[in-house]
Amino acid sequence: MNRTLRSRASRAWARTATGIATTVTIAVTTTACGGAGGGSESAPGVTGDTIKIGSTQPLTGPVAPGYAKMSKAMAAYFNYVNDNGGVHGRSIDFVVEDDGYNPTKTAEKTRKLVLKDKVFALVGAFGTAPHTAVLDFIRQNKVPDLFPSSGSVSWNQPDIYPDTFGWQTDYIREGKVLASYVKENFAGKTVCAFGQGDDLGADGVKGVETVLGKDGLKASEAYTATNPDVKAQIGKLQASGCEVVVSFSSPGFTALALGTSAKLGFKAQWVVVSIGSDPVGLTGYLKDDAAALTNGLISSTFLPLPTDADNSWIKLFTTINNEYNEEQGLDSIVLYGYALAYSAVEALQAAGKDLTREGLLKVLGSGDLVGPGLTPFAFSADDHSGFIGTAMTRITDLKAEIISPVYVTDDGDGPVEKYDGVAPQAPKGGISK
Amino acid sequence: MERFILFTVNGLTLGAIYASMALALVIIWRSTRVLNFAQGAQAAASAYIAWSVTDVTGSFWLGLAAALVGGAVLGVLVQQTVFRRAESMPPLNSAVVGVGLLILIEAALGMLFAVDETRTIGSAFSTKSYQAGSLPLVSPQDLFVVGAVTLTVVTLGLLLARTAVGLRMRAAAFAPQTARLMGVQVPLMLSLGWALAGVAGGLAAMLYTPTATELVPTVLDGLLVLGFTAAIVGGLDSLVGAVTGGLACGLALSYTSGYSQPDLLLPVAFLLLIGVLLARPQGLFSSSRTRKV
Amino acid sequence: MRHDDTTTTEHPVLGSPARRLLTHSAVRNGLAAATVTAVGLLAVYTVDDFTVGSVAMLTAYACVAMGLTVLIGGNGQISLGHAALMAVGAYTMALFLEPRTTALREVPVLSVALALVLAVLVTLCVGLLIGLAAARLRGPYLAGATLSFGVAVPGLVTYFDHWFNGEQGLPVPPPDMPTALDNALWLPDRFVALIGVVAVGVTFFVLANVKRSAVGRHWAAVRDDEIAAQLCGLSIPREQVTAFAVSAATAGLGGAVLALFLQGVNPHSFDLRLSLGVLAAVVIGGLGSLRGAIWGSALVVFLQKVLADMDVDENLPSASYGLLLIVVMLAAPGGIQGLLSRLGDRLPRRSTHHQGDN
Repeated sequence: MNRTLRSRASRAWARTATGIATTVTIAVTTTACGGAGGGSESAPGVTGDTIKIGSTQPLTGPVAPGYAKMSKAMAAYFNYVNDNGGVHGRSIDFVVEDDGYNPTKTAEKTRKLVLKDKVFALVGAFGTAPHTAVLDFIRQNKVPDLFPSSGSVSWNQPDIYPDTFGWQTDYIREGKVLASYVKENFAGKTVCAFGQGDDLGADGVKGVETVLGKDGLKASEAYTATNPDVKAQIGKLQASGCEVVVSFSSPGFTALALGTSAKLGFKAQWVVVSIGSDPVGLTGYLKDDAAALTNGLISSTFLPLPTDADNSWIKLFTTINNEYNEEQGLDSIVLYGYALAYSAVEALQAAGKDLTREGLLKVLGSGDLVGPGLTPFAFSADDHSGFIGTAMTRITDLKAEIISPVYVTDDGDGPVEKYDGVAPQAPKGGISK
Repeated sequence: MERFILFTVNGLTLGAIYASMALALVIIWRSTRVLNFAQGAQAAASAYIAWSVTDVTGSFWLGLAAALVGGAVLGVLVQQTVFRRAESMPPLNSAVVGVGLLILIEAALGMLFAVDETRTIGSAFSTKSYQAGSLPLVSPQDLFVVGAVTLTVVTLGLLLARTAVGLRMRAAAFAPQTARLMGVQVPLMLSLGWALAGVAGGLAAMLYTPTATELVPTVLDGLLVLGFTAAIVGGLDSLVGAVTGGLACGLALSYTSGYSQPDLLLPVAFLLLIGVLLARPQGLFSSSRTRKV
Repeated sequence: MRHDDTTTTEHPVLGSPARRLLTHSAVRNGLAAATVTAVGLLAVYTVDDFTVGSVAMLTAYACVAMGLTVLIGGNGQISLGHAALMAVGAYTMALFLEPRTTALREVPVLSVALALVLAVLVTLCVGLLIGLAAARLRGPYLAGATLSFGVAVPGLVTYFDHWFNGEQGLPVPPPDMPTALDNALWLPDRFVALIGVVAVGVTFFVLANVKRSAVGRHWAAVRDDEIAAQLCGLSIPREQVTAFAVSAATAGLGGAVLALFLQGVNPHSFDLRLSLGVLAAVVIGGLGSLRGAIWGSALVVFLQKVLADMDVDENLPSASYGLLLIVVMLAAPGGIQGLLSRLGDRLPRRSTHHQGDN
């Protein structure tokens, strides 16, 4: 071996040694990063005087502007409960993690909530695509997954995901209600659909086609949330001669669709899913044109309308909102947050003083939950869908009004029927017993 | 016919906006050989400046002016603080610096402008199309977009090609040593390049944001990618190329999403880019012929 | 894009002493790979349930970063679209595993192993195709083309939504763990991290040997001087295409590991940010260095994690991350491995230039 080679070789070994040293350092650092596995309580996240619950929400990124206020409303309601005695004496510790509506981040943040923060349950985790990505993880860790904020029918799969319970009226049911209203009131008109390219659009269209038949829709156009240019889709709807468009769109894309239609001179009756039609939200996007563009827009709702000042729920949430969430007006997103948080507390209350995850799931499956909606929940041992129907609304001068009875249906082929029950009243004191 | 006109007009206006972003990238590439990934975020910052000014004064035009000036100032600021050191580094390092800056600026915008409010930037003119009979043609806003970009391109072209300043800028970019010996203030000229790029980027932001749902820090990420595509198609060195590339992209994408599927927009952009580059590996209008080895 | 040449390369012609060094270095590479694997295993067996998820993420990043660093540092090509290649691996995984799911929503370990191999092969083929186009392009044009490819793939996923289920994405069932691990109360994340560590070890070993082999030296020759390489009888396109394909294969592997960890694939997960994040890991780690790629990945993964754990304005973690990228790049243009070797060079062996690090 000549000199150069030997020196090369020795350098090489030296480098391997450095390599070992550096990699060991990584390992030590990594080990040090992880805290010790915690809690000795019977139920994770529950102590003598606290219950820790968590939620993943979009606080940054493209959908944050529309929805960051929802988790604030939830937090406001939990603070109200804590100030009024808590849940069986325990105060709620609400941990919100930002996932930016990115499924990879949702996966990481949900793991943080469950494995590091050791929350007792997840409440209102946001978004169809992001939350779908963690359903299996939730099942493996047996964490009660209350009320994901979305109407995907995926939440109702008790055989596969026994820990997940929906809340919002799912998009199939809402699609069916919207379609049957259209069938009744716009008979003979050409009906088309416009929707988001995920479960929102897919489930919604499925619901519509259940009622109108496979060929009931003349055209069906989808948009991608990352591409705000919808001229092509609207142009196609126009070319197909659509007279009624059933739209499963987020508020931003409802606004884009309305604006683009006006620009192209496309005049159709828009029938928009509940979560995409909040007049306050639409005004934010459409500004001065809002009133003109939204007049006559038809939608539906599964909660009382935020403008219905006489409703007991609205009174309750307005009072809490003024005290605990001052900067924010009560629009439908904020109301959604309050109503969902109320339902979560209702379930926790019903689960009793000896709080366990099994106990909570049992309460949810019992079907005893009442909730603040216009319809009951579907909850039973083998059904994890939330609210079972909606009432139709119409926007006039930027104010929505209920224009129909409440309709209920299932997420299969069942009929759409009038609901004769009475909507529950808010309990005295604002916390369910 | 109606839809053909619609998609053509849409393609040309979108193309003009892509061209404007491409111009920003090309100017910086010409002057400092940096691929500025932060350009989209810088332009978004310009849009936020415009929104703030319009919010206070109520005037769209003051906002637009603020966006252009703000874009220029931000361009110089970014170059002086961050890129002056990165310029002398290998291109990949400056690219990563750009990525860091993109993330930093977008996060900073998120911190400065809380998400509680819906921010939009209105269009300068009506978006209702003029009609020929029942045939919608172009809207005043479409004309404004195309006009503003044309004006910018012509001004920049004249500035760079016909004026003494432009000559100095080109000298500083292509032969800095010689230029310095000839008495050209090279750093000043390079900064001027970044300022002009900032103006073009700010303009792109002001033309694009009205078509988006709302103003968010990441609103121009997609535009940056398409502007980049346009710049590469055009040849990265050439203003004419940037405009041609922009219009080509705009039309191709508009026809794609119109006649086929909007999902295919970026795949088609890729095909266009690859098609052009396989025929001409240096883009359509690149002046440098030799392959650097 | 030109390589920042802080290292000189070996002569492309194999002499007989060099041949001896090669056998020698194969042993050394084996040792180094074993060390990497051992340290990874140590981490998998000791850290808590939450951190083990980060280890799994780290292994996914590291696989991609190692391939990318060989492409950029070892062959002088750049790719801004590796996230798309990861997506190819991830979707292969999802499509292959879903029909093999048991009633318990798990898949046999053997299927997972098969899926990983398949993901590598499919991505290798896609990489070959892209590499054919890429071989004609240089510098910023290559950057632009790969960037454009990177953002195009999510569009294809949503277009062919009857295969890929559009924006909603596909589930990836977790592996059915060996009974021993089940008894040790392992969560799937830990098992995935274990798989990831093995993947990193294998990738490290293979790439380290490729770098030292004739193939690796040909790649480096092309990187350093295309004309000289051509004069030596090398086919430039062939070297570039093979380099791209190998790099793509590791990206596919990384994407597959990521999909296993995320238990699903979704077009949103493979966006431009991911491509740029992996690129940042490579450059921060030090171009061309396999160990640097692991370092860089660790920094990118854990830094974001640590920053996100601070209870502050939700934008601050991201802002600090951006700032840190800038500062690290300006302060240490050669990356971490560059810093380390600079430190190392202070030791007595400074006299000669060392050649390509692992």
